[in-house]
Amino acid sequence: MKLLKVLAVCLTVLAMSTFAMAGTLEDVRAKGYIQAGVNGSLFGFGKADEKGVWKGLDVDSARALSVAVFGSPDKLKFTPLTAKTRFTALQSGEIDVLFRNCTQTLSRDTALGLDFCQVNYYDGQGFLIPRKLGVKSAKELDGATVCVLPGTTTEMNVADYFRANGMKMNPVVIEDTSELAKAFFAGRCDCLTSDASQLAGTRAVAPNPADYMILPEIISKEPLAPAVRHGDNQWKDIVNYSVLAMINAEELGITSKNVDEMLKSSDPKIKRFLGVTKGNGKAIGLDENFAYNIIKMVGNYGEIFERNVGVNTQLGIERGLNALWTDGGLMYSPPFK
Amino acid sequence: MNKVINNKSSETISFWYDPDKRSIFYQIGAACLFAFVAWYLISNTMANLERQSIATGFGFLNKEAAFEIGESLIEYSAADRYARALSVGFLNTLLVSFIGILLTVVLGTFIGVARLSKNWLINKCAAGYIELFQDIPVLLQLFFWYAFFYEMLPSPREALSPFTGLFLCNRGLIFGIPQAHPVYKYMLIAILIAVIVTFLLKKWAKKRQDLTGKAFPVFYTSIALILGLPFASWLIGGAPTEMSIPVLKGFNFKGGLTISPEFAALLLGLVLYTAAFVAEVVRAGIQAVSKGQTEAAMAIGLKPGQLLNLIILPQALRVIIPPLTSQMLNLTKNSSLAVAIGYPDFVSVAGTAINQTGQAIEGVMLIMIVYLIFSLSTSAFMNWYNKKMAIVER
Repeated sequence: MKLLKVLAVCLTVLAMSTFAMAGTLEDVRAKGYIQAGVNGSLFGFGKADEKGVWKGLDVDSARALSVAVFGSPDKLKFTPLTAKTRFTALQSGEIDVLFRNCTQTLSRDTALGLDFCQVNYYDGQGFLIPRKLGVKSAKELDGATVCVLPGTTTEMNVADYFRANGMKMNPVVIEDTSELAKAFFAGRCDCLTSDASQLAGTRAVAPNPADYMILPEIISKEPLAPAVRHGDNQWKDIVNYSVLAMINAEELGITSKNVDEMLKSSDPKIKRFLGVTKGNGKAIGLDENFAYNIIKMVGNYGEIFERNVGVNTQLGIERGLNALWTDGGLMYSPPFK
Repeated sequence: MNKVINNKSSETISFWYDPDKRSIFYQIGAACLFAFVAWYLISNTMANLERQSIATGFGFLNKEAAFEIGESLIEYSAADRYARALSVGFLNTLLVSFIGILLTVVLGTFIGVARLSKNWLINKCAAGYIELFQDIPVLLQLFFWYAFFYEMLPSPREALSPFTGLFLCNRGLIFGIPQAHPVYKYMLIAILIAVIVTFLLKKWAKKRQDLTGKAFPVFYTSIALILGLPFASWLIGGAPTEMSIPVLKGFNFKGGLTISPEFAALLLGLVLYTAAFVAEVVRAGIQAVSKGQTEAAMAIGLKPGQLLNLIILPQALRVIIPPLTSQMLNLTKNSSLAVAIGYPDFVSVAGTAINQTGQAIEGVMLIMIVYLIFSLSTSAFMNWYNKKMAIVER
């Protein structure tokens, strides 16, 4: 009897997972919230603060999506995921969208059955070293012991870099970010390698941050982008344009403070963007004022960047590649028309 | 109905009331159900993978791994294939489990015997050890030992060097080893020959004792053989004394052999934890031999060593071996916690492979197969040993 019960449960679960794939937008509307996969332990990108409120650049991007779909930034449930489990969670339908500082790569976009949306942070892999080592360039790291976080492209990047430069390395690979950082601060490794944004976050929690520096070399391209399941084009469009709306708003000079005044603007670009001139909402299958709501409730890209990772935060990261294209960065939105 | 019951010949019992036929029917039914569920699960998985356009198969094993591994028993570089990288992980798991099991059995037996000691201090120390290490989760113990190694030990530039050729720092224990020379291969062969000769000698000595009653000093002869033969071959081979001494070059030591803090912490954590359980198993085994046996053995004048070897152990082992096997399996399986402290075992390497290729189902399947191989071969060996040790009824 017990066996039969177990079987029945297994079959039901299987049947449910087969039907749950209809269209993510309808599923999400039916259940009334979006299940978003986030990092969970990365300060500045996805982490709950001491009051349990989720904060970070990825979290704010997810909030923009929630506003676009439901008109409220709180129709979200967060699933903290490790680097290893994140793609499986998305593939299996456990989450609807993945906002977890994921690097877009060809194999993930194809063989993993994922689709990446608009990049919300341009990152690159670097090295964090103790100043007392006296190393000025990554080219001097021959023979070094390197602390690496597994389950990312980092392991491959660092191996590629050492091979390309004819240097030897000895990796120490520890699953947990904070355990790895502890081992590095205690001197188990000569350097720590990861995305530069993560290195800034790690340095911020060092016993004495001034003792550590990030080497100038950036050895990889890491376009961090939200991801959805392959084949659901409408859902992909919605995630895409939720992020793009924040970038476009910054370009048009619209902020959460002045968005109400901007409604009265006579600029046709702004009128179309904010839904005063109708059409965009119908095209994408959302409210006509979805972009207005995003900017009003979450802010434009510049605002969420400065709030979470910018120079005035603990991370102190410059805009750099993440500045608008008009300021020499890579953030560029197609026109909203 | 009555007629059927009265007439007991099998041909008249209807199909449904014949327990033999019924049991066959049920078994076929269960097998069909199992096959159906298996088919459903597999075909569903395949269909889902296809629909989500996720690549499947073991083709990835032939691709370039493109990541480095910290420690390896065989030659490995990032240019090798995934299959090679996974073999490195396999051997690392094998190494830590094998050494771990040997040390655990020795330490566990020692503590188990100490637990039965009549000396109050030794007895209580052993009891304290067992309680302490049994009750703390093994993952915490691993974190503790790992942190202990990297926090307490100095950096390579300030490495402790108690004597020439040996360094202790947070990169591990680095010591000189003899420079590679063909004679070491012959020494290995000599050891093997010595072991085989010892084995034959023991058989012969037992036979002789059974026939004539004369004992032969097997123990001392075999020690002389196992030490003497390799030494002799070393002398004949020209007695090379050249050593590969580690020297600090750049960031790390070059040359010699390194025992990494990750390996040391994993080994220490697993051995100390599992030995506490083995100690209890050994104590229970010894206590299971009734006191009369000891008294009888003493009455016929056996020495304490003979008492232990001939009377107590053969009987205690029957009780000890089955639970000991399960502790060995536990140690092997717990070695997968290596991933938490950075030792590149099979799970750790497979995890990286899964993440880089996205072949989660295949990767997890490989992990399961590998642990199944470890566990089944351990228990096959222990079952054989158990049979051999079982008391033969005469």
